[in-house]
Amino acid sequence: MNATARRVAVLGGIRIPFARQNGPYARASNQDMLTATLEALVGKFSLEGETLGDVAAGGVLKHSRDFNLTRESVLGTRLDPHTPAYDVQQACGTGLEAAILVANKIALGQIDSGIAGGFDTTSDAPIAINEDLRGVLLELGRAKSNTARLKALTKVRPGQIVPQLPRNAEPRTGLSMGEHAAIMATEWGVSRAEQDELTARSHRKLAAAYDTGFLDDLVVPFLGLERDQNLRPDTTVEKLAKLKPVFGGKEGTMTAGNSTPLSDGASVVLLSTDEWAAEHDIPVLAYLVDAQTAAVDHVHAREGLLMAPTYAVPKLLARNGMSLGDFDFYEIHEAFAAQVLCTLKAWSDPVYCRERLGLDAPLGHIDVDKLNTHGGSLAAGHPFGATGGRIVATLAKALKDFGPTTHRRHPHRPGRGLISICAAGGLGVAAIMEAA
Amino acid sequence: MNDRYQQLVNTPIGKIVSKQIGLPSPVKLERYERGQRVVSGPVLLGAAPGGRLAGATAKVLAAIDADVHTPLEEHVRTAAADARLDAKVFNPEAAPEDQAFKALVFDATGIERSEQLRELWAFFHPTIRRVRQSGRVIVLGTTPGDCKRPRQATAQRALEGFLRSVGKEVRKGATAQLIYVDAKAESQIESTLRFCLSPKSAYVSGQVVQIGISAMSANGIDWELPLAGKLALVTGASRGIGKAIAKVLARDGAHVLGVDVPGLHGELEETIGALSGSALMVDITGDDAPARIATYLLEEHGGVDVVVHNAGVTRDKTLGRMDEDRWNTVLSVNLTAQERIGDELLARDVIRENGRIVCVSSMSGIAGNAGQANYAASKAGVIGMVESMAAPVAKKGLTINAVAPGFIETQMTATMPIAAREAGRRMNSLAQGGLPVDVAETIAWFASPASGGVNGNVVRVCAQSLIGA
Repeated sequence: MNATARRVAVLGGIRIPFARQNGPYARASNQDMLTATLEALVGKFSLEGETLGDVAAGGVLKHSRDFNLTRESVLGTRLDPHTPAYDVQQACGTGLEAAILVANKIALGQIDSGIAGGFDTTSDAPIAINEDLRGVLLELGRAKSNTARLKALTKVRPGQIVPQLPRNAEPRTGLSMGEHAAIMATEWGVSRAEQDELTARSHRKLAAAYDTGFLDDLVVPFLGLERDQNLRPDTTVEKLAKLKPVFGGKEGTMTAGNSTPLSDGASVVLLSTDEWAAEHDIPVLAYLVDAQTAAVDHVHAREGLLMAPTYAVPKLLARNGMSLGDFDFYEIHEAFAAQVLCTLKAWSDPVYCRERLGLDAPLGHIDVDKLNTHGGSLAAGHPFGATGGRIVATLAKALKDFGPTTHRRHPHRPGRGLISICAAGGLGVAAIMEAA
Repeated sequence: MNDRYQQLVNTPIGKIVSKQIGLPSPVKLERYERGQRVVSGPVLLGAAPGGRLAGATAKVLAAIDADVHTPLEEHVRTAAADARLDAKVFNPEAAPEDQAFKALVFDATGIERSEQLRELWAFFHPTIRRVRQSGRVIVLGTTPGDCKRPRQATAQRALEGFLRSVGKEVRKGATAQLIYVDAKAESQIESTLRFCLSPKSAYVSGQVVQIGISAMSANGIDWELPLAGKLALVTGASRGIGKAIAKVLARDGAHVLGVDVPGLHGELEETIGALSGSALMVDITGDDAPARIATYLLEEHGGVDVVVHNAGVTRDKTLGRMDEDRWNTVLSVNLTAQERIGDELLARDVIRENGRIVCVSSMSGIAGNAGQANYAASKAGVIGMVESMAAPVAKKGLTINAVAPGFIETQMTATMPIAAREAGRRMNSLAQGGLPVDVAETIAWFASPASGGVNGNVVRVCAQSLIGA
């Protein structure tokens, strides 16, 4: 066992453009998307025939047959088939959590390189048979005599033909993610205008990232799609203001514009030790410094479903002796514009910081110019498992471009980025990355 | 004593008719019941930046376990956090239309120039229509006389006109008060805030209260029984408002010594007996009355903590028809007796430390009233006594204050001619008469050991009556 942790280098990532539900990827499976994305990474970093330490990836909406999806995808690529793989699932935190898992094994000396990724399809979604019918069929299977089989079959009813569709609802509250976010928006007094402003900004920033060529080596075309299908480069606050609310009732402030759409896509990132990167002649873009997950009790306590990152980040900062202002980039996953705004308000609120986070003073304000500088999920879309990979790859490249900070007080410290991702079940995942 | 009009307009048909033809529609006011929460609904706390009372106010709101909301402004949120108040966030731009508050509380002490009065507009404009039935609007300011700069004093004085207008605008039994707090008297606001927020101040509106510094602290007080272990003397305690005062002071834990004329012996015994108090039969205008009362208090109780000068009489006649007897009786009972008893108690140090003197003035004493030259003179004199005695009693660690009741539903008002009665009842911000208990609750607030900073105040219990305003 290695006594000291090793630095974990982020060498880069790639993703396919994200598509809207039932769009160009309607007939693509999760495995199709992940395999294509992994294959693009293999091409980008010349990994043909390489045996990597691990490939960890996952998605939220999976078929039961896909118990080993990532391994199956690896076998479909030019990676050496001796490369192990496993599936990960932590709702919308999946992609970042996969990167943390791979990074931890690298840090511990268990592996020297690995790929982390995520995927999701809301189009090729699993449909389960009716729960009653499933009961009957299982009973049928258990039956040992024809009489018993016949008895089981008599329980089949016409209504049981209705299948079970996957629901975007919290099991313990019955509320959809959007309804939960609407409750948070109300609690924090988030206005419609603020949300639409953040949304328009996200589209502008992502469009610019495409136009300047920043995304050229981060996005690879798939099934004829070259850019994220959800991106509306010409959207404005005025256009967004015309949309009807979809969550929070008639007076609600949340629309299809300032909430992420159901999307399809996949993303992967390559991590390794410095030595492995040097041996393979791949430049290091950034380092994954540390990470923290947290959870809130959204069922019993007065806590917003998507507020867990507000707990994860202060712990992460304290452990690393940093403060909220010590970053050059903030990547806050835009599940809903309201989620981002609630998070920012919470961190600068003396009451929340003391009563919930147990801090003596507010965590601080974030300079909005440093937030999601290359666009966010509102513009790109949000295939649940794929968002973490998109963010890690984007931030790594942004940090590489940024180089050391020019800040007066820390003239030579490497550029720093903070990632914050909220997830279903009251979960939150956060990470710190630093420029190489 | 029944207000038939109020009952009528609160029937389903009455509500429609009164609304259609624009008649006043008095609601049934919420009144305090023992054990009740101070505020039975959400409270919105706001503050002008740079103020000094948001913190102290937040502490009181935390102490009464109020459901507090605040705008997401750092200075208010910091005050709330420091008071360990888990305050919710309110943003009128994003709030549902039906979100309403039981109380709006605004610290205006940060307003130092007239330009900054805009802060009042900014806070109240989007919230004033969000006040619930029997709601409360409370503005805290700095006593103009205690302001360092003329512009600050000017801006703070402006709060009065604002507040009195708000009192006339809020509906459905809601009230509005302005609390001026002297420099360094921040720690003295709790008893007054509690009173103004609670249903105890049901019939008090449009009032300006001043709070000064006091050596006494409210720490450790039992807010359910603030007068526990205290002796309270109440003159004219056998019936009407005096009876209500005795009841409320007893409820607050005091041992009540009821004083009344020998002729009302039976009624006094009945009232006081029910309160497990003591009764003393004495004509307060008698030459030896002050000495007898002082000696009784010293010998039987070792002193007194609260003295309520409630006894009063009317002998109405226009001045030309008023005989000297009417004049003398009213002045001697309503004013001279209070002065003589007060002087005796003070001279012999009968009133214990942190003691209270509470007088009963009247709306007539402020406004004057045809046929009540004697009565109005006596009640205006009471105000003069409060103002002139405030400083001397403060030196002894005591306070002196007065209530000035407006139209209170009593046996006396029940016999008034209907036109005068209806005018008295409706010509105020709540469009109804008050109850004796409303006067008593106000007296109990003055009497509280936590009200050491409340001295020299005359508070009207009149629902902001137009008369004398």
